[in-house]
Amino acid sequence: MQKLLLLGDEAIAQAAIDAGLSGIYAYPGTPSTEITQYVISSKEAKEKGIVATWTANEKTSAEAALGMSYAGKRAMTCMKHVGLNVAADAFINSSITGANGGIIFVVADDPSMHSSQNEQDSRFYGKFAMIPILEPTDQQEAYDMVHYGFDLSERFQVPVMMRITTRLAHSRAGVQRKSSRKPNELKLPENLKQFILLPAIARKQYKVLLENQVHFEQEAENSTYNTYTPGNDKSMGIIACGLAHNYLMENYPERDIPYPVVKVSQYPAPEEMIRKLYDECESILVLEEGYPLVEELLKGLLNKGKKIKGRLDGSIPRDGELNPAIVGKALGFDIPELTPIPSLVSNRPPSLCKGCSHIDSYNGLNEALEKYGKGRVFADIGCYTLGALAPYDAINTCVDMGASITMAKGAADAGLKPSVAVIGDSTFTHSGITGLLDAVNDKSSITVFILDNATTGMTGGQPSSALGKIEDICRGLGVEEEHIRIIKPLSKKHEENLAVIREELEYDGVSVIIPRRECIQTLNKRMREKFKAKAQEEKS
Amino acid sequence: MKKDIILAGVGGQGILSIAAIIGHAAVETGLYLKQAEVHGMSQRGGDVQSNLRLSDKPIASDLIPHGKADMILSVEPMESLRYLPFLSPEGWVVTNTKPYINIPDYPNEEDLMAEIGKLPHHVALDAESIAAELGTIKAANIVMLGAASPFLDLEYEKIKNAIVFFFGRKGQDLVDLNLKALEAGREFAQKNMN
Repeated sequence: MQKLLLLGDEAIAQAAIDAGLSGIYAYPGTPSTEITQYVISSKEAKEKGIVATWTANEKTSAEAALGMSYAGKRAMTCMKHVGLNVAADAFINSSITGANGGIIFVVADDPSMHSSQNEQDSRFYGKFAMIPILEPTDQQEAYDMVHYGFDLSERFQVPVMMRITTRLAHSRAGVQRKSSRKPNELKLPENLKQFILLPAIARKQYKVLLENQVHFEQEAENSTYNTYTPGNDKSMGIIACGLAHNYLMENYPERDIPYPVVKVSQYPAPEEMIRKLYDECESILVLEEGYPLVEELLKGLLNKGKKIKGRLDGSIPRDGELNPAIVGKALGFDIPELTPIPSLVSNRPPSLCKGCSHIDSYNGLNEALEKYGKGRVFADIGCYTLGALAPYDAINTCVDMGASITMAKGAADAGLKPSVAVIGDSTFTHSGITGLLDAVNDKSSITVFILDNATTGMTGGQPSSALGKIEDICRGLGVEEEHIRIIKPLSKKHEENLAVIREELEYDGVSVIIPRRECIQTLNKRMREKFKAKAQEEKS
Repeated sequence: MKKDIILAGVGGQGILSIAAIIGHAAVETGLYLKQAEVHGMSQRGGDVQSNLRLSDKPIASDLIPHGKADMILSVEPMESLRYLPFLSPEGWVVTNTKPYINIPDYPNEEDLMAEIGKLPHHVALDAESIAAELGTIKAANIVMLGAASPFLDLEYEKIKNAIVFFFGRKGQDLVDLNLKALEAGREFAQKNMN
């Protein structure tokens, strides 16, 4: 079969289609979005009847995938690293229920925070859940590991985590496909109580998980993805995890690494391989993308014994993603003097698109808040977070999905009035609804802006679960009808909108303002497609 | 053969379409390829780059090492300078001269061009004007690709084939226009290598 040029994300998606997937569920989040996007757009997946869908949030995704696994079929759920925080309850408990059909949690970490609020390392979650973790080195391995991951999951009846990072997710390379296999038939678990985590059953299930640990370790030891490569120079041994292995290789163009190397792409970390390396080498260099997971394992609590180099001793910076230069320096290579960036080059931060509805919403909000002073806008995660930057300087917080409404409530409870929340339509249905219910039940005095651009904008315009439902949801939660205000964020409506905002800021209770205008990007895309369709029609 | 190329521009300027065309030509040539892209937040009008690596041997890193890039191909003049720490001393900068100004502190244009003029190996061209003469400024990125083509170590025919592949379903007119744009960029570069 011909090689396909695929992003790491797409390689995982194509592999899942080929490996007999029946359902994939996700909430969009950089850098994981393209996995599910690929399956949704795939004709082949459609023909095979694969369920591929965006869900309200990562928790609902994970649970739907677990349900599909319960029914005996292969399921995948994909999220960015912070999405796993949202899905954590389902994730951790799924390790206790175990799996029936194969299930893979694909989690895409974002070291250096290219598009994220932190750089947490999901391998710690995998370790916490005590399940096998796969960390592919390149696009081909990402492809191959999906087949292997489903097999592993079905063999041990346990969910498997696949952890990737931004550079693999969003880098393209040639990928060799395998032949495609059939999905599983519907088949309930043999033990119909397997998934009931009542204490008496959970204790038993947990013991099964604990007993399996030795098997997971053995699997990692024997895995073709973990390798030990001998080297003559025993002054140092190298452990390179996942993507870090590429940067190690890059520093040796002829691949003539003098040191013994353990490549780790499957966890639990292969203990015997690592012990052998430790025993025969004078020092160890640990290269890993993310937090020092393997390095901490090696150092132990008291840090006795041989020198361990890595992120903890400063051989590698403590934060941020790796690159060939960082790894080269840790290997002792001289890094050549580089041409500096000329001083006249200015920063070019991302910004709201020209014509974006959020601009008009922020212009209205800023002016209405002038008389109260700065510091009272609790925002959320999406394009509108860019309202933090000049010239808007409009928001004061951005913490996690949905935190705008609940933080505004807390601040209002503390006496801040007015206290304003700003949240997007998709973020509202992701994690904002429950917070709004809290505010309604407590009659907290907050003004909530639900910026409705009818899409999940930042990740490229996926459909929003909130579409056409926002007012009904607010009403259903108990927001008073006369304090659900819909405005059209356009500069020509500025004065009119300003009056509405001013009124609601003064209201002593929960009020919701919905600035509603389609995302300029999805609008343009829709128009282009309409134009194309029309041209096609005229042709035929 | 090894070519490490940094494609630079501003989110929305379409550098990935240039990468896709070079990538297609490289794969047709039988080369290995890795191409790291920027998705997500920066795509909203921020600075973006793509690391495109071609080689006749397997490629390890998705990122081009500092000081090793053979070319910076930029569709925006200020962005052509942002990645200089990655350029090899023998490397070429091929850049569009038309500024994309979406920030308040964009440098003075004369200073900017003087800075580009100081680079030891560069080609600077107004791709929009060249494309406009051919009929549409939309072909500016292909003019830039043409200007980069003499330095790519790929057969020119293979690049032309890739253009045909990408624009073929949009009609012969668009194919011809983009082939002309490619040729115009190439000619400019061949006459104006500095």
